Amino acid sequence: MIHYFLLYFGFIIKYESVCEKIMQEQILKIKNSAAQEISLCKDLGQLVSLKVKYLGKKGELSLLLKQMGKLSPGERKRVGQLANSVRNELENALEEKMKNIKLAQQQDKMRSERVDVTLPGKKFQIGRIHPLSKVMDEINNIFIGMGFSIVEGPEIETDHYNFEALNIPKNHPARDTQDTFYIDDELLLRTQTSPVQIRVMEKQSPPIRIISPGRVFRSDSVDSTHSPVFHQIEGLVVDKNITMADLKGTLKLFVDKLYGKDSQVKFRPHHFPFTEPSAEMDVMCFSCQGNGCSLCKQEGWIEILGCGMVHPKVLKNCGIDPEVYSGFAFGMGLERIVMRRYNIDDLRLFFENDVRFLSQF
Amino acid sequence: MILSLKWLSDYVNIDNLTVKQLADGLTMSGSKVENWRREDDGISKVVVGKILSIKPHPNADKLLVCLIDVGACEPLQVVTGALNVKENALTAVCLDGATLPDGTKIKSGNLRGVLSQGMLCSLSELGLSGSDFPYAAENGIFLIEESYEIGQNISEAIGIGDTQIEFEITSNRPDCLCVSGLARETAATFGLPLRLQTPVVKGSNGKISDCFEARVETNLCSRYMARMVKNVEIKPSPRWIRERLRASNIRPINNIVDITNFVMLEYGHPMHAFDADRIKGQRIVVRSAKPGESIQTLDKAQHDLRGDILVVCDEENPMAVAGVIGGQDSGVSDSTKTIIFECACFDGASVRKAAKFLNIRTDSSARFEKGLNPICCENSINRACELVELLGAGEVVGGTIDVKNFQPKTKIIELNSDWINKFIGIDLSQEDMIKILNSLGFKVDGKKIEVPPFRIDIEDKADIAEEIARIYGYNKISTSIIKGQAMGGLNKRQKFEKCVNNILISLGCSEIFTYSFISPKEYDRIQLDGDSDVRKSIKIKNPLGEDTSIMRKTTLASMLNVLSHNYKNRNPLAWLYEIGKIYSMAKEKGLPEETKKITIGCYGNCDFQTIKGIIETLLDRLHVDKVEFIAASGMPFHDYRCAEVLKNGKILGKFGEVHPAVSENYKIDARVYIAELDFNLIYDQVDENLTYEALPKFPASTRDLSLVCDEYMTSAEIEKVIKKNVGLALENIDVFDVYRGKQIDSGKKSISYKITMRNKSRTLTDGEVDGLINETLKDLEKIGVYLRS
Repeated sequence: MIHYFLLYFGFIIKYESVCEKIMQEQILKIKNSAAQEISLCKDLGQLVSLKVKYLGKKGELSLLLKQMGKLSPGERKRVGQLANSVRNELENALEEKMKNIKLAQQQDKMRSERVDVTLPGKKFQIGRIHPLSKVMDEINNIFIGMGFSIVEGPEIETDHYNFEALNIPKNHPARDTQDTFYIDDELLLRTQTSPVQIRVMEKQSPPIRIISPGRVFRSDSVDSTHSPVFHQIEGLVVDKNITMADLKGTLKLFVDKLYGKDSQVKFRPHHFPFTEPSAEMDVMCFSCQGNGCSLCKQEGWIEILGCGMVHPKVLKNCGIDPEVYSGFAFGMGLERIVMRRYNIDDLRLFFENDVRFLSQF
Repeated sequence: MILSLKWLSDYVNIDNLTVKQLADGLTMSGSKVENWRREDDGISKVVVGKILSIKPHPNADKLLVCLIDVGACEPLQVVTGALNVKENALTAVCLDGATLPDGTKIKSGNLRGVLSQGMLCSLSELGLSGSDFPYAAENGIFLIEESYEIGQNISEAIGIGDTQIEFEITSNRPDCLCVSGLARETAATFGLPLRLQTPVVKGSNGKISDCFEARVETNLCSRYMARMVKNVEIKPSPRWIRERLRASNIRPINNIVDITNFVMLEYGHPMHAFDADRIKGQRIVVRSAKPGESIQTLDKAQHDLRGDILVVCDEENPMAVAGVIGGQDSGVSDSTKTIIFECACFDGASVRKAAKFLNIRTDSSARFEKGLNPICCENSINRACELVELLGAGEVVGGTIDVKNFQPKTKIIELNSDWINKFIGIDLSQEDMIKILNSLGFKVDGKKIEVPPFRIDIEDKADIAEEIARIYGYNKISTSIIKGQAMGGLNKRQKFEKCVNNILISLGCSEIFTYSFISPKEYDRIQLDGDSDVRKSIKIKNPLGEDTSIMRKTTLASMLNVLSHNYKNRNPLAWLYEIGKIYSMAKEKGLPEETKKITIGCYGNCDFQTIKGIIETLLDRLHVDKVEFIAASGMPFHDYRCAEVLKNGKILGKFGEVHPAVSENYKIDARVYIAELDFNLIYDQVDENLTYEALPKFPASTRDLSLVCDEYMTSAEIEKVIKKNVGLALENIDVFDVYRGKQIDSGKKSISYKITMRNKSRTLTDGEVDGLINETLKDLEKIGVYLRS
């Protein structure tokens, strides 16, 4: 009886194990044939159909698993585990293949897209700032960094602001050298931007820290170093306790920023009617380091700007008490600085505005 | 100002200084040295030689063969063409390898078969003239009359070894336009003693006032001094005077004229000498010229005089133009027996006016113009008389005529050493300051500084500070940074201008700079109407030429000229802009109006839409929105390709294609586009309240409409209908095509629009969108615009 029982059970066991085994074999068969097909696959479309064929809702694996109902719970668990691992394996293989195919396709595409990197780039038309503006901005920015504001003023000025208020009375010899363009007895084209300083001092009480860049006019015939129109940048500082040492310090700082820390300057006594003491500042020639060359006319130094302590008379004329306040002023010609910066040998180029010239800046 | 180094060393011992040290030192104390040169620059290996024998040249009639002793063992054999050679005479001999100032090199060689071991020199070959050695022949070699050692270097022997230093003296320092002034600066700069002497005149019998009187009838002559010399013997000056003058670039003439020049160079005060016998009525009058008067000046030119010219006259006629130049008639000549020295002080402005009027600038006028002090006349006139006695040129008559037309006053300035130290930023003791001031001729008594009369430039304590600073040395002053706070930076308008620059550059335009003045002819070239307001430009009274004679009232001509220049130079394209001013006469009183314009100009790879696009983008990026463009015309624009930009009824500017006739005037054979926009009007229109607008949450709907309309209908008219009908839902209208051709009736055009619609709070339904579009189309039909089939 026991034996029969055992026999019966044995049969059942045997029957069940056969069924399980068959399914396992079939799963592995699917796995193998799928793996082979995937490995041989060469394009994405085929890969998608393979996915449907083996792993889709009506795919081989799914169909097979539908027969799991015949299995005992234990068998179902084992077969299920196997099926899942095979599914995962195949999915990974599909994904891996997909990646590879895409990569290969990308590579093929890129190979066909090879460019000749030595061909020129696309031309973008971008304008250029005029070299005068470029350097003027640079100079303005240096002074803005030192707390200066920028003030502009009229280009057609009165005799008073251009001369009288700057301590240059009628018949002063300085008027001879300035060769002024006159509109009438009273109006003229400003020969310097200094009148702006007077206008500021009349309106604003100290502390004053301004620069006035702008165009000025002198009756010079046009040649490679002269132009009846050119640009100046002038500066003015008025406050309590302003000294000549401040003047030197400010301008040395300016030169350091414009020409680099190693630049050397010297201050040479000079005369301007509106400053006292007055000086000219020279910078050691960059090209010969002071030994003398054609650039500096053998002098070793290049004159950069004029400067000085504002004349007490000028302060007083503007309603500022020279007993309380003092100040300094300076002025430089823009064109000469720009010409030296870029090694430009002809001033006329600035006003000709040839695009071949402009495009270099 | 040219200074003789030897003359300077008469006053200051500069033996320990090289010329370079001297020049650098003086430059750094305020007397700028431009350059220097030795008088005998270029002369080498030229010596004094004695002609031993003269023989004819065997092969040439016009040449002679001389044996010359040049102090060597053997005499030299020299071939010469000069006929004035004399045996035993001294002459200048170029040795083998000698050089001359004009760059000539002399080498030993054969001259027509005869060995010539050098060359005999003429005066001019040595860079000299008859005025340097009056006895020497103008033609022929220089036969030296003085006796010199044979073989001696020629420049040492005849005294051309001086060094000339050229100064650039600033206009405030006329006192440095003379040897004594520069000597004082040298002494002060290098801390050396100054050797100055007061001239002493022995004088002889008689009194000038017995023979002459002087009268000054003007207040433009602050002092008139005169002294008389009788029994004058006119002859060349001695060599040392001639050498000093020559080294100062003044031509020696005769002893009396040389003395006046010598004193001017030495003391800086111009002088003049009259032939006393030519002074009619024994009277000298300083007055303004009378109408109709004229004078023949020393340069032999005849000048009519004007009422405001100051003259020195005798009883009848002008004898000299005061301070400028003497007259020919009253000048010193070889037959002069008695002279009157004049040393006066004329008003600088008046002298300048006269010099300008006569178009003569002399050493005298240059000095008067800068201003002289009447006190300094005395030393000068006495020095002239002292020299007359020293040279034995005549007998100085006693007494001096001295018409004083001024109040001698001494300028006193308080010495405030604390203030000076603070002002300059130094720390100098009062004693050191006094030492500096004394070396410059200032007298200091306690706190009182007495300004020397020759320093007309010194007025107040700032001037004193400069004197101390420059002798102390500007470069010894330390550097410091300005104390105190300051808010610097660009203001709004300046930042705005930077923005305009950046935008235009990013759009492909390059910045240009043009002159503010133009030729009035430019207005014809841009074909403005004869009565155009723009033609009423401000004129320059004294222009360089017609081309630059009026202040521009439009920037377009300047732009066209630049475009023309570029076109002429075959630049295939030029896209340019300028931010520059135009100038108009003041409406009422006051300064003229200066208006900043943004000017754009281009040719090459551009059309009307390009320049409009540049303007639209510029305005958009500047946040100037809701601008209108309306068709416009008027020169220099194309009649049908021109527009004005408006905002709130204000015209911001005008742009378009250049009229073909104008392009032709500027020789540009391409379509040119230009714009002139008003900088300030645009600035005023900027919407400053820029705030962020939330990004849309709901999708937009777009519809493309290709519409057909009459050729002359504007897009603006169609857009107006679209705007009205689509209303608030309208986000954007864009034109993406304009078509004329086969599929369209002639006289019509098709414009294609992309209309973007959106509701901020929900998604628009297709029905809503179609409804809006249908309404729009219905309305468009009313103005004759149909959907393209």
